[in-house]
Amino acid sequence: MAEPLLQLSGVHTHIGPYHILHGVDFSIPASQLTVLLGRNGAGKTTTLRTIMGLWQASSGMIRFDGRDITKTSTPDIARAGIGYVPESMAIFTDLTVRENIVLAARSGPVEPARLDWMLGLFPALKRFWNLPAGNLSGGQKQMLAIARAIAEPRRLLLIDEPTKGLAPVMVRSMIEAFKALKASGETILLVEQNFYAASALGDNVIVMDDGRIVHSGAMREMVEDKTLQQRLLGLSLDAHQ
Amino acid sequence: MTEMAAGTTTSSEPLPRAKTDLLPLLIVPALALLALPFVGSGSTWVTLTVAGLAMGMMIFLMASGLTLVFGLMDIINFGHGVFISLGAYATLIILGPLAGWAQADSVWLNLGLLALCILAAMGVTGIVGAVFERIIVRPVYGSHLKQILVTMGGLIVAEQAIHAIWGASPIPIPLPETLRGAFIIGDVIMERYRVVAVGIGLIVFIGMQLLLNRTRIGLLIRAGVENPEMVEALGYRIRRLFVSVFVAGSALAGLGGVMWAFYRQTLTAGMGMEVMVLVFIVIIIGGLGSVGGCFVGSILVALVANYVGFIEPKLALISNILVMALVLIWRPQGLFPVARR
Ligand SMILES: Nc1ncnc2c1ncn2[C@@H]1O[C@H](COP(=O)(O)OP(=O)(O)OP(=O)(O)O)[C@@H](O)[C@H]1O
Ligand SMILES: [Mg+2]
Repeated sequence: MAEPLLQLSGVHTHIGPYHILHGVDFSIPASQLTVLLGRNGAGKTTTLRTIMGLWQASSGMIRFDGRDITKTSTPDIARAGIGYVPESMAIFTDLTVRENIVLAARSGPVEPARLDWMLGLFPALKRFWNLPAGNLSGGQKQMLAIARAIAEPRRLLLIDEPTKGLAPVMVRSMIEAFKALKASGETILLVEQNFYAASALGDNVIVMDDGRIVHSGAMREMVEDKTLQQRLLGLSLDAHQ
Repeated sequence: MTEMAAGTTTSSEPLPRAKTDLLPLLIVPALALLALPFVGSGSTWVTLTVAGLAMGMMIFLMASGLTLVFGLMDIINFGHGVFISLGAYATLIILGPLAGWAQADSVWLNLGLLALCILAAMGVTGIVGAVFERIIVRPVYGSHLKQILVTMGGLIVAEQAIHAIWGASPIPIPLPETLRGAFIIGDVIMERYRVVAVGIGLIVFIGMQLLLNRTRIGLLIRAGVENPEMVEALGYRIRRLFVSVFVAGSALAGLGGVMWAFYRQTLTAGMGMEVMVLVFIVIIIGGLGSVGGCFVGSILVALVANYVGFIEPKLALISNILVMALVLIWRPQGLFPVARR
């Protein structure tokens, strides 16, 4: 197999006095969707923030596209081609939907074809185009946050719990949107607690606990292996559906 | 800016309406009308209102940079007053060689002198602002307590530097001839300089609004005030934006300092520090980080001070604090709260 697009080796992260990540190792192959699972507080968000350079890894190495980005600044990591959708979504509520997207396309105006594609994935955004993003519902904010991450071509998307707090019908349309993203060849690292969504989307799965990786492999394998699910997640696919 | 908005809103469903918050804007005319019966005479009321507006614009000029610096960088800069004093003293660079222009019998020379003073002041305060950011503010990002202590220290050093350069005693400066006296329309008296101050304040306010709302830099500043981390995660190097905003904020304070100096026609090193209480009051009233709020807050505070000073002078001293208290009871985050992470 070719070299993975993203590779973490022995990454430790401290937040102030707290030691949160204890030597995280995993790799993300290109053009696939990898799901990162783990109970609350396992360190999923911290992992994504560390990749983005929002927390500095205290040791270990993060390689992206053959380059060491462990000590790279956040703006330069973004410029290397990583799009980020934080858990809090962090849309700019004071700016309109349009302005949010204009700003996200850093290198110039959004190409019309890309814009059509984005608005095709998330048609609701069209209706709110010139309204302050603060007026959007939670689900629409989530769509905007994802649209912002794909406003220009990226090599990798880091997406933190996009289905959190969404109604089931919204979760389903979110899954459809991710399927479309996958189909267009994006590489995605998706944090997802909803195992139904995770199993529907993931090519690969990584499970974290207590700041460590406790399992990684193909998603199909995990879906088929109920004992593995029970052991790692304490839930079964049936129970959650 | 891109024109990609064109033709994308095709849905036939009705759009939800944007929440626009006009209530705080209505306070100003409401207050002015409320004051009218208490003041009694219509012409006095106009005079007081113009005086209040002029005062408000000067406070706005002095405060607008500080509110952006706070909003964007979360920096409490007690040293901001330095830029006001420094801007005022920078007029001496121009008034020294060109003092004659103030007395000249030419509107153009008079106004040209004011314009040159403003340019000199903004240049000097902009440059000093860049240095101040680099050596005083940058080491204390993230710690409010250190910021307060260190910027206070910077303030003291800068005041002493002004004493060392220009001497410790107050320096009188001449108001250009054209700007003296008053426009008299019927029995309404409006001092010319105040009208000019209102004009300059409005120009700066409108310019800032255009910049913030119509340009990419403006978008970045507004986004950065709300969530600097996300702006970085989109690939923007926010440090550079910080520095530019700090420099622009210092230059605006310098402009405010010039206007304030010609208003008092006297320079003292402490003049910036004296207005800082007012400056902090208006940025708190306005909502930290909000330029529009700072504008409304400045006018509000200045109008109240003028009306109260006329109607019941004994209350003038506490009127500002009273306005702040009332506004904060109504809106604890200020008139136009800025969303935060
Ligand atoms: N800013 C912070 N300061 C101190 N501790 C933090 C901070 N952020 C996270 N932590 C701690 O780090 C650990 C991992 O948090 P993290 O947010 O990465 O978990 P998570 O897997 O994303 O959880 P969730 O599923 O609830 O989002 C938790 O114990 C959390 O309390
Ligand atoms: Mg999380």
